Amino acid sequence: MARVLLFGRLSDLAGWRDREIESPFLSVLRSKLAEEDADLGAALAGPGVQVALDQVIVRGDAPLNARTEVAFLPPMSGG
Amino acid sequence: MIRLTFDPFDPGALLTEFCRDRKEVGAVATFTGIARAETGATVALELEAYPGFTEAEIGKIASQAKVRFGLDDFAILHRVGKIAPGEPVVFVATAARHRREAFEACDFLMDYLKSKAPFWKKEHGPDGARWVEPRAQDHADLARWEKETSR
Repeated sequence: MARVLLFGRLSDLAGWRDREIESPFLSVLRSKLAEEDADLGAALAGPGVQVALDQVIVRGDAPLNARTEVAFLPPMSGG
Repeated sequence: MIRLTFDPFDPGALLTEFCRDRKEVGAVATFTGIARAETGATVALELEAYPGFTEAEIGKIASQAKVRFGLDDFAILHRVGKIAPGEPVVFVATAARHRREAFEACDFLMDYLKSKAPFWKKEHGPDGARWVEPRAQDHADLARWEKETSR
């Protein structure tokens, strides 16, 4: 089970911030999330949203193992 | 030092601590960011981080700053959680042999923290809350440093 984390406006939109979801690939995980919540699926694919696997930013698709931490990161703003 | 904290902090005490026992650095510059009330439009700020990842990403840029500006040392403390107007949100201190490097490194680190560090900021107002994303000015501020690659 991959551990999925949502940050910022994404967790408000989804109504959760931390879930375990079974998925062999990031692309499959995106499809699963979009299937159950179309608005969230669109937001995750939206501009400026980055993905980190085990705290490393990735682009495109990637395999997930049972312990992968998948974090969806909307545009960042600190200070 | 890079640290996130849920608790209010005293920038004066941090500066005193940062300056202690420095006999060769010559220059310490600091920046303190304070939560604005926006004349009542903001009741509180709320900052979210990704523990572990946030510190590591700030660490990467701080290491770059250390080399680029020849810093002896730096300190970055950033609040997370709910922050009341008037409370410090962020403290950056840089130490170098001369003032120019200390000032510039502090400026560089703040430009990075505003638009590229893994934080998400929500403003709570009388009519509800909204997520804040970097302004065009924040991106322009960061872009200044990319032009100056000859340094």
